[in-house]
Amino acid sequence: MARQPAHPARRQIKPASAPSFLLLAPMPSPRETLLARVTSALAPLPKRAPLPNWDNELVIMRQARGPVDAWTFFAERLKAVNGTPLASAAALIATLTQGGWKHGYCDPALWDELRPTFEAAGGFNVETTFDRSRIDEYQFGITAATAGVAETGTLVLSDRDTSRRLAALSPWVHVAVLRRAQIHIDVPAAIAALPQDPNVVWCTGPSKTADVEGILIEGVHGPGIQIALLLE
Amino acid sequence: MALQQIDQFSAKLRPETRASVYDGSKKGHEKRTSVLFDHYPDPDHLRRLAGNIKQHVVENLDTLLPAAAAALERNGVKVHWASTAEEANAAVLAIMRARNATKMVKAKTMVSEETHLADYLGKNGVECVETDLGEFIIQIDGDHPSHIVKPIIHKNRRDIATSFEKNGLGAYNDDPQTITRRARAHLRKKYLEADVGLTGANFVTTDTGRLVLVTNEGNSRFCLAATPCHIAMVGIEKLLPRETDLGLYLNLLARSGTGQQLTVYTEFISGPRSATQPDGPEEMHVIFVDNGRTDALASDCREILRCIRCGACLNVCPVYRQASGHAYRSVYPGPVGAVLSPLLAGERFPELADLPKASSLCGACHEVCPVNIPIPDLLLRLRNRGKQEGSKAAAAGTPPMGAWSLLASQPFVWKTSLLAGNSLNYIPKSLIPVPPMQTWLRDRTLPAWRGGAFRQWLANRPTPPAAK
Repeated sequence: MARQPAHPARRQIKPASAPSFLLLAPMPSPRETLLARVTSALAPLPKRAPLPNWDNELVIMRQARGPVDAWTFFAERLKAVNGTPLASAAALIATLTQGGWKHGYCDPALWDELRPTFEAAGGFNVETTFDRSRIDEYQFGITAATAGVAETGTLVLSDRDTSRRLAALSPWVHVAVLRRAQIHIDVPAAIAALPQDPNVVWCTGPSKTADVEGILIEGVHGPGIQIALLLE
Repeated sequence: MALQQIDQFSAKLRPETRASVYDGSKKGHEKRTSVLFDHYPDPDHLRRLAGNIKQHVVENLDTLLPAAAAALERNGVKVHWASTAEEANAAVLAIMRARNATKMVKAKTMVSEETHLADYLGKNGVECVETDLGEFIIQIDGDHPSHIVKPIIHKNRRDIATSFEKNGLGAYNDDPQTITRRARAHLRKKYLEADVGLTGANFVTTDTGRLVLVTNEGNSRFCLAATPCHIAMVGIEKLLPRETDLGLYLNLLARSGTGQQLTVYTEFISGPRSATQPDGPEEMHVIFVDNGRTDALASDCREILRCIRCGACLNVCPVYRQASGHAYRSVYPGPVGAVLSPLLAGERFPELADLPKASSLCGACHEVCPVNIPIPDLLLRLRNRGKQEGSKAAAAGTPPMGAWSLLASQPFVWKTSLLAGNSLNYIPKSLIPVPPMQTWLRDRTLPAWRGGAFRQWLANRPTPPAAK
């Protein structure tokens, strides 16, 4: 970049309009005022910095995945961020039972698929509606994932596919149901496939903080247990 | 001699605070380095690339800003513009008043710290609750954040337990897990009661009009799941030209800031909730905030506007580690703050013109910056400006150079004093009545004076072989 001369005197940028006492021209809008300041600040630049192109390969992690399938790679990376990969509904039942999490919410669109296993196990209270006035009663929430990102162990949620934002966030355990074909290998692939959706959220492990003395605590505002459930 | 203000602050720092800041920043830096170099063969290449793309953004804001606004509007977002902090705060209040809203939950945003939004809303009858754990603790303490990413790096668990107790959040308990659970229970109610959720933005994609937010706790996600209206305050420099550029910046931001591959929650927001979604805002506003950024853009330090607020330069800075963030008397501490704060201060530049001097120019901040900002160069340009504008704050602690310049501009006086300097070799150094010299000599040995020897050598040097 060209070296600029010593700092110029502070510029007084006046909006390009007639003085207000004349009451002839309308006052510039806040948008016009701000953009006029930007334009005036950039006016002295002899040329502008170009926009470089770059290769996705650059940001893919050095540890290339071995000869494993996308789910195995995803599961390994999810464990690295303290998430829990599960490969069957039976494994989910075992995990929920072990944690003592018996009451929860399930996306009605997924319930038909999961109901037989839950009913066979018995003892679960699963609602297919979510009542925000009883938010703390739901110990787990089961919703559909839009995608997964293997390189980072990330679950992708969206307004289209996730039945309730709150149900995927407020219970202690969040179960995101993932299908094999939904897994992207790396971040650039997942960015290129970002859905046209007003609210896409990437969840990489359980909610966490290290604000207090840098000590890792999980389950701050969101789930303390983040499960990815693979259903075939 | 008067010390610089930052040195005065540092001298009075509680030892526990210094230890917290030192340990926290050192750990942050070590984690960043090991993750970046573990994952990438040449992280420096990525930093330079990210710097070049952001420089393009900064130098093309006149076209990119209207383009980003248009993309946001296409997505159903209402876009507002604020040239000053007052206008930004007023815009937030106006949106709330139009909805008869009185309660806000707020995720962490540095630009709202710049405008003192929470105070302003409080004075206007709006309850504004910080939801990031660190910011929440800052709020109940009536304190200020001292780090961009780790706002309570200056507090230990005992400080926090004491303020929880004082604020009716349970009996004294300094277990970090208990502290976190209590905040979880307390803030949950606040989200569900709130009328508005306010966030910042880490990036805004110009081509697709998506706001990108990164958090670890999930608090901004909760704001956007529980409230019916979303307001985002966004600095005008937050743009990225292409959505695909996120692949580069998300990877660099988390690794540089917290040593993570990705933060836990990365949200891509492009408008109010979709028709089929029962939770979340039915209305979304973006306020583009200038608040001094166009002054920085017009200056010879516009590279600072590339900053993506990762905090890596704070963590690595030897001055920050000793002085802590509050020593910088402004919203942005550390090396980035030493450049950005005086620039954003507008007419108050001279008051903060000492901050660019709070650096040994070691260059560590430049080396770690994910957008490759040449911070030491910018510090030098601002030192020059502080001198030009006659800043008293910047002049503190600087030895008077008038006698020196008189001496150095008269060849005869200069040569004589060089020879006279030889007497220094014969008198005890402790008798030299120059305070800065005494301070310097406390830890160092002065070499023998050889006044005039260089000139003699230069005059009599053997002729060098002819240049080829």
